[in-house]
Amino acid sequence: MKIILNNRPETFECTSMTMGELMEIKKFTYKKIIVKVNNKIVEPHEYNSTIIKENDNVVVLHLLAGG
Amino acid sequence: MKFQEIKKKLKTKTVGIAGCGGLGSNCAVALARVGIGKLIIADFDKIEESNLNRQYFFGDQIGKIKSDTLKENIESINPEVEVISHNVFVDEYNFKALFKECDLIIEAFDKPESKEMIVKAMSKFFPEKTLIMGIGMSGWGENDSIKETKYDNLIICGDQKSEVSDGLPPLAPRVGMVANMQANVALEILLK
Repeated sequence: MKIILNNRPETFECTSMTMGELMEIKKFTYKKIIVKVNNKIVEPHEYNSTIIKENDNVVVLHLLAGG
Repeated sequence: MKFQEIKKKLKTKTVGIAGCGGLGSNCAVALARVGIGKLIIADFDKIEESNLNRQYFFGDQIGKIKSDTLKENIESINPEVEVISHNVFVDEYNFKALFKECDLIIEAFDKPESKEMIVKAMSKFFPEKTLIMGIGMSGWGENDSIKETKYDNLIICGDQKSEVSDGLPPLAPRVGMVANMQANVALEILLK
């Protein structure tokens, strides 16, 4: 499947995966993360029940201290 | 567009700034200088000596309330700007009431928890409004790493990788760059 991840096209062998699997594959492991799938926020407890499929638009933001 | 036209257009606009530290104070001053109509600013903190390496405050203002003091500083730069200052800790309970009249909102917090709160609050209360965040501005040098990234109506300014630590403090040049970049994105949207 092809998805958009942080504004860039990404291709995966499978036809779908959970948000949790995507985070593991891409090694998104920061302490504070915001995940949006098709512009809707996905909470950490929903990572493993949220299915990512063809053409989904996924944003993973690392919220870093400083400002 | 001539500056007089820009001023006329901005006069009708309201920008909310959540946090009056390094990002918020510098961003507010930039927007005030170009003649934004109204600024709604909020912060719970007081000015400390350690803030003066990047924040728009002065030595004789140490110990004073950040939000109210930033209002004073803005008014002495451009008295035409209406500034509403709130000396409060911004959270998901007061966020909607504080910023409901804003055309767009600038995120200027330092703590990741507050940055998380504002992204969630925006999508809950103001899904149609633009949020301009600052993420990654610590240290020095590496001008080229600071950039703007758009995800629909969520816009990130910063390098998205430098996190504040003892060895990588936030300093005036890079914090000011990101703060002014946030103000610049705001202008781009408001002058459309």
